[in-house]
Amino acid sequence: MTAIPFLLLILATLAGYVLNRMAARTIRDNGARLHSMTSYHGLYSALMVLVPVLTIILLWLVLEGSVIDRMVMSGLPDGMLDGQGTGAVQLVLAEIKSISRGQIFGTPEDWKLAAAERYSALRAQADWWMIAVVAIVALAILVFARSRVSAEFRARQGVEHIVSGLMIFCSTVAIFTTIGIIVSLSFETVRFLDRVPLTEFLFGLNWEPQIPLREDQIAAEGAFGWIPVILGTIVITVVALLVAVPVGLFSAIYLNEFAPRKLRATIKPVLEILAGVPTVVYGFFAILVVAPAIRSFGQSLGVDVAPNTALAAGGVMGIMLVPFISSFADDALSAVPGALRDAALGLGATRAEMMTTVLFPAAIPGIVGGVLLAVSRAIGETMIVVMAAGLIAKMTINPLDSVTTVTVQIVTLLIGDTSFDNPKTLAAFALGMMLFLVTLMINVFALRIVRKYREAYD
Amino acid sequence: MYDIARTESALEQTDIKISARNVQVFYGDTHAIKDVDVDIEDKTVTAFIGPSGCGKSTFLRCLNRMNDTIDICRVQGDILLDGEDIYDPKVDPVQLRAKVGMVFQKPNPFPKSIYDNIAYGPRIHGLARSKAELDEIVEKSLRRGAIWEEVKDRLDAPGTGLSGGQQQRLCIARAIATEPEVLLMDEPCSALDPIATAQVEELIDELRQSYSVVIVTHSMQQAARVSQKTAFFHLGDLVEFGETGHIFTNPEDPRTESYITGRIG
Amino acid sequence: MSDITSAPGAPTPKSSTELVAASLKRRHRKEARLKWIGIGAIGVAFLMLAILVGSLVSSGWQAFTQTHVTLEVFVDPEEIPQERLPRGGFDDALGASLGRMLPEADMSQRSVRKSVERILSNGAQFKLRDMVVADPALIGKTISMRVPVSDPYDQLNKNLIDRNTPEQNRRVKDNEIAFFDALKAQGAISKPLNWALFTNADSRFPELAGLKGALAGSFWALLTCFLISFPLGIGAAIYLEEFAPKNKLSDFIEVNINNLAAVPSVVFGLLALAVFIGWFGLPRSAPFVGGLTLALMTMPTIIIATRAALKSVPPSIREAALGLGASKQQVVFQHVLPLAMPGVLTGTIIGLAQALGETAPLLLIGMNAFITSAPSSPFDSATALPTQIFIWADSPERGFVSRTSAAILILLGFLVAMNAVAIYLRQKFEKKW
Repeated sequence: MTAIPFLLLILATLAGYVLNRMAARTIRDNGARLHSMTSYHGLYSALMVLVPVLTIILLWLVLEGSVIDRMVMSGLPDGMLDGQGTGAVQLVLAEIKSISRGQIFGTPEDWKLAAAERYSALRAQADWWMIAVVAIVALAILVFARSRVSAEFRARQGVEHIVSGLMIFCSTVAIFTTIGIIVSLSFETVRFLDRVPLTEFLFGLNWEPQIPLREDQIAAEGAFGWIPVILGTIVITVVALLVAVPVGLFSAIYLNEFAPRKLRATIKPVLEILAGVPTVVYGFFAILVVAPAIRSFGQSLGVDVAPNTALAAGGVMGIMLVPFISSFADDALSAVPGALRDAALGLGATRAEMMTTVLFPAAIPGIVGGVLLAVSRAIGETMIVVMAAGLIAKMTINPLDSVTTVTVQIVTLLIGDTSFDNPKTLAAFALGMMLFLVTLMINVFALRIVRKYREAYD
Repeated sequence: MYDIARTESALEQTDIKISARNVQVFYGDTHAIKDVDVDIEDKTVTAFIGPSGCGKSTFLRCLNRMNDTIDICRVQGDILLDGEDIYDPKVDPVQLRAKVGMVFQKPNPFPKSIYDNIAYGPRIHGLARSKAELDEIVEKSLRRGAIWEEVKDRLDAPGTGLSGGQQQRLCIARAIATEPEVLLMDEPCSALDPIATAQVEELIDELRQSYSVVIVTHSMQQAARVSQKTAFFHLGDLVEFGETGHIFTNPEDPRTESYITGRIG
Repeated sequence: MSDITSAPGAPTPKSSTELVAASLKRRHRKEARLKWIGIGAIGVAFLMLAILVGSLVSSGWQAFTQTHVTLEVFVDPEEIPQERLPRGGFDDALGASLGRMLPEADMSQRSVRKSVERILSNGAQFKLRDMVVADPALIGKTISMRVPVSDPYDQLNKNLIDRNTPEQNRRVKDNEIAFFDALKAQGAISKPLNWALFTNADSRFPELAGLKGALAGSFWALLTCFLISFPLGIGAAIYLEEFAPKNKLSDFIEVNINNLAAVPSVVFGLLALAVFIGWFGLPRSAPFVGGLTLALMTMPTIIIATRAALKSVPPSIREAALGLGASKQQVVFQHVLPLAMPGVLTGTIIGLAQALGETAPLLLIGMNAFITSAPSSPFDSATALPTQIFIWADSPERGFVSRTSAAILILLGFLVAMNAVAIYLRQKFEKKW
């Protein structure tokens, strides 16, 4: 059913193109001189139909669901939904929808059956209405566009205006995405903060996101202090950096100054492979190889090591970050002007001395920027920690403990069926908000450092 | 080619610091420098002149083996410093460059303090055993570089904060700090304004009392002002070498004459 | 040569040449040390990569074969009467047939019969059922079937179960091992390629589990992602690079794009959950929604790559076209864009390769449910290849460990292929101006 409007759209677009082009060609064949090429006349009609009608179809499809839902729910007999929370209301709606699909469980009440019938009817009507609207609008536009065909008509300008508008729209998608992220995160965070005070969230030391099952349940109220969670993120990030920074920096130093050209050309792409491996693969590697290895190593030393230590997760994350640091450092070292290299060498420095006393200090701003971006990446990393780190929040900085991170909590709180009223869902969004803000700040700061440093040498 | 006999008799009177014989330089397959024979005398300023691209900078960089840093560059022939071949495998370029200092076309002070710039060479070579000695070396070099009075109160200020002329004198002082015997200068004034140029030229005249200076310049007038000996390069050949006054008033080779009178270059 | 003056009472002053010579050895040693540390660091990285690939291959290669047993099945009309089709005692018929191949098995004992039946995969009975339903004339006949064995026996056949561990710690008992060995001695056991890995959808049983659903889900998701992000990305890049006036608004857009490229992927998942599923009401777990989310994440990559490709086309081409009277849009679409296409396509393929490996946002929109059939449209519930890997990685059965590794190898295979195509495009078509 939903394919029909799209088919109509395609037909109308093609029709518009062909019609106008032929009309323009006729004018030209009759001796008049056209302002624009015939293909532009065709394109004009085609785009005039395509853009508005496509927008109508998409908007309709997007809004149809919630409009119909609202109509069905408001049409229910009075009093049926009194005193029920949004969760229960959604459940009723879901039941009505599945009844209308023919999936009936048990014996639902009559008013639900009636509502389900109404739902099906509304959906069918909506489909026909959409087809009708699409057809009428397309036809109207086709006629209008056809009427404009003439020798003086500036079809090319028309087309270019539409194309320009489309391109501007494409450019603003990025802004819409950012706005979407900020708005959706803020919205849910605000609803979360209605239930959990901001001070508890930001400064609380207990993270146990359970909700009382019954209204009168006193114990285990659910604590939502994020400190242990962000602490876990920090611990794992530090472990990751302890692996990635030395390996990355020394690799970059060797590749930049000491490696023969051919060797450098072979080694660099192989390092990039480390960056291209999907993080779910790293996560599996952590639980398959790294964590057991750490465990048996610890046992051989007589230390009892948990299966999901921060060391395992952080270590694997560090491996993933090595190419980040290495390539940023390499770029930063290469950006130091050759004149400084020459000056140091001319004074009789060895290549190592030139590297450590002149090149590296000069490249530090760029390197720091790269490290900060790696930090941001580590903080936002999800799959490695979901698979290899723990689920229980703990106030510890011991890498041999199991810790949980912000991203792990976001995922575990949202896996499974969620309704949007559940404080667990809202807590996930609040954590997501914090994650977004923190990584944004770090990225802005890092880019500013890198840019300032680049200006100093241009 | 010039008269070897005349120079060999002159050997008795002056010290030959650097002696080059039959030097060839290849960039990949290109034969950039052909059959160069030249003697650099001690306590003398020798100028290399010639049109751009004729190989003077390339030859200069052979004298302290800076061409080693370029992969495709090959040097053949003999270059003797105090009678020893600098391209002998036993010779360490690091040690050589402490003895043969270099100043570049564009002033290139390190992004460090003035003190650290000058102290760089002595530090890496281990020339000072205490801070007091290092301070002495720094002051001596800055004085010899004719810049001490201007910076003595701000030795901790960054070297990059000086004016162009001051930066170049700083670089000269830095090169002197390792107590070299030869100072190579690759167009040291081409990035400077006339006043700074005059200051640097004055400095070069003082320097020749202690060092052997080789200066590459594209300005004939500068060569005439500053040097005692001049070598004229053209398309990779050393065309003529002799007393500066003689080259500029009475050149022997027609190519030299064309360059001097401005017909070529 | 000048000497450095020394303080009175100090040892004989050395000349600077001597001082330089004395320090040389130590300095060259330091240089060698730095070099070796650098080589060591690179070695560590390479070693990690080798261990990663090695462990995946060594644990995964076994999953590419699956042990089967060939047996003569008597379609017993008492177990499988035609009237009851499609219901029937298929598992009993199979068990009885298998029991006949094991004379030492006392099939009258219930525990023995259960043991024998357990040798076969749970899916064997459905295979028999489908055959009989298609051709009821088979009832009463004896047919030859090759069916997969269940996971414990697959592990046994691949020597992944240590026969020396005490019996209570093992998945297969001693008598069960004896049955299996007897079958093997008869030549009934074979280990063909595990095509089910590609043709079956997910299953609770490792021997039946396959990636068909996940591959289809990933395909639909990537297709959606490409169809949305490619035109949007190129449109935005062309506008920003060629047409946008250099003002605050375009700066703001650029900053936005660069920031989006660095936002953690899980945040995009939250966005999709709140907006696409919550507000738009799109179906959960649908590859279409996954594709939309991936498109938002891939767009910045395509924009950045396209802008770089456009920038590399020299201005002389633009000037020549303008000079001939072309409009700015004609210059861009008819001259610049075609020349920039190789770079654009390379960047797009690399962006899509990254999208193929994305897991976190797809998890949040629900593409991690246990779904036993492949999606028939982009709007049906499905998993994707990375989320399927995630699900299998969590499963306790041993058979799933090797299948997870195998699925990862397949994913890496796709990524290598895509990147190879991108690099090939770059080498072949990129012009050096």
